[in-house]
Amino acid sequence: MSLVEKYPEEVKAIFAKYPADKKRSAVMPLLYLAQREEGYVKKESMQEIAAMLDLDTTEVASIVGFYTLYHDEKAGKYRMQVCNDLPCALRGADKFLESLCGNLGIKVGETTPDGLVTLEAVMCLAACDKAPMFQLQDGDKVEYYENMTVDRTMELVEALKKGGKEIK
Amino acid sequence: MAHLLLRHRDIPNLDQLDVYVKNGGFEAFKKAVTAMQPDAVTEEVKASGLRGRGGAGFPTGVKWSFIPKNITPHYVVANADESEPGTFKDREIMDFNPYQFLEGLAIASYAVQANLSFVYLRGEFYYLAKKLDACIAEMEKAGYLGDNLFGTGFSLRLRTHLGAGAYICGEETALLESIEGKRGQPRVRPPFPAVVGLYSKPTVINNVETLANLPYIVTNGAAGFRKFGTDKSPGVKIFSLSGNVNKPGNYELPLGATFRELIMGCGGGISDGRKLKGIMPAGASSSIIRVDDTNLDKVLDTTMDYENVQSVGSLLGSASVIIIDDSHSMDWVINKTVHFFKHESCGKCTPCRDGNYWMLHLVERIHEGHASAGDIQLLKTVANQVNGKCLCALGDFSTMAVTSALERFPEDFHVGQA
Ligand SMILES: Cc1cc2nc3c(=O)[nH]c(=O)nc-3n(C[C@H](O)[C@H](O)[C@H](O)COP(=O)(O)O)c2cc1C
Ligand code: FES
Repeated sequence: MSLVEKYPEEVKAIFAKYPADKKRSAVMPLLYLAQREEGYVKKESMQEIAAMLDLDTTEVASIVGFYTLYHDEKAGKYRMQVCNDLPCALRGADKFLESLCGNLGIKVGETTPDGLVTLEAVMCLAACDKAPMFQLQDGDKVEYYENMTVDRTMELVEALKKGGKEIK
Repeated sequence: MAHLLLRHRDIPNLDQLDVYVKNGGFEAFKKAVTAMQPDAVTEEVKASGLRGRGGAGFPTGVKWSFIPKNITPHYVVANADESEPGTFKDREIMDFNPYQFLEGLAIASYAVQANLSFVYLRGEFYYLAKKLDACIAEMEKAGYLGDNLFGTGFSLRLRTHLGAGAYICGEETALLESIEGKRGQPRVRPPFPAVVGLYSKPTVINNVETLANLPYIVTNGAAGFRKFGTDKSPGVKIFSLSGNVNKPGNYELPLGATFRELIMGCGGGISDGRKLKGIMPAGASSSIIRVDDTNLDKVLDTTMDYENVQSVGSLLGSASVIIIDDSHSMDWVINKTVHFFKHESCGKCTPCRDGNYWMLHLVERIHEGHASAGDIQLLKTVANQVNGKCLCALGDFSTMAVTSALERFPEDFHVGQA
């Protein structure tokens, strides 16, 4: 199903945000929409978006490639993006990330065998006073988890397995 | 002292419209629109001496006055990209005091007569975009946004736009490209955005914190604003304090407060009883201030304003103060910063793209103990080749920590024994 068929109201609302003759501005929100269900943007969606905006598919693909929150390949259902940039690293983020790798049994960049979590290391997320921290990318959504411990993170992973996101 | 910007710390639930209004909210915007000419607002902001809080410290009112009246429409874009490592102040404002920021954006829009203005948020601020969208809807319902505001001919609409993970989009022309639906790569200047900006129209770009100051200035006048801070750097500033301190966080202090007040006072001193070794006052883009027994008091008593941080060899920037204790070696520190800039270079300018690639190789080699005799000198040379040779300041930023660390902490850089 195309984006327009699947999310007619949202597509309309996205176009309404920008001046009528500047529809190219809609490309970024449309890409988020395309990423909602499976966590990555499929070739067909890029083609559809390109056609809607009178762009080349290559041009849309280059935008997907440029911005780190868009993906063109399937990964885990959730992307756990741990910040290990300088301020967080000064407060132990590298060690935290290493322990997570051990607990999840994967390396940075890998996905757990059940396909649930892909573990990534990312740059500063504007939460440096609350290290260790990570964001959880889930389709087109991003959520912050701050002042984390390895134990609480593993609790979250257990909750994610059951379809929840709550930790005590 | 009550907060001017982090007012939510004094007033609970300030992110609710009725609470904000009960505490004087939107009176400044109403006063501007109903009782002041647009140019009078610009003049008041000029007189206040407010300087941009996004890093460069450019006078806000002066920037607005560059907007040509004969080319329309005009746009204002709030820069909520906040991606400098160590900076987390705009996020707190938008999360807990969103209406003060949006009122500031509305005032700026009136001053330059923009009828459509944008908030550009980094993609990670997904939840804040949702929040601001809801606030904007509330403002429309309450008559603070829309057509013929307060019975005048002025109309205004606000929109959010989410980026998708790219530090470069904080650079104002890359940001505009991104709103236009392109890869976020800086434009050649001139022309400056004030003349050829968003959709090729005159555009003002201001940081979130800059805008959040405006309601106070319109209500209390330039003189009221100048009660805080120094003559050349008036007002208060939010300092994001991070790294090896006991109490990291955002602290609102008058410009001209000392490093001692921030680090030892607000921050509760260096954590784990260790010694202060380095300060990066402008995030990862800083020249690193060296601190040791010979200059500890001098550094701590240095005032933090746009002029004076230079006296200890750095800049204030966005006031994201990263504290480094003596358990860390500077070769590790610049390994982190170069890693960041290598990742974030947009690839447009060769010196930045290739320079950061080579700097990372060299820095990693040094950090891992495999450096050969010429590597340290080569690193200096590459940094020199990047500095001042790119379209935007990212290239320069990437060399600040490298050059200063090599110069000021030579004992931390070793040729490998491998
Ligand atoms: C690489 C780079 C990144 C930047 N990132 C930001 C940012 O995240 N937020 C911001 O307000 N300004 C950032 N700036 C500065 C903006 O280009 C611009 O000067 C600022 O938004 C103007 O607002 P102000 O005058 O209110 O400070 C950045 C500049 C560069 C060169
Ligand atoms: S360094 Fe991790 S959030 Fe800033």
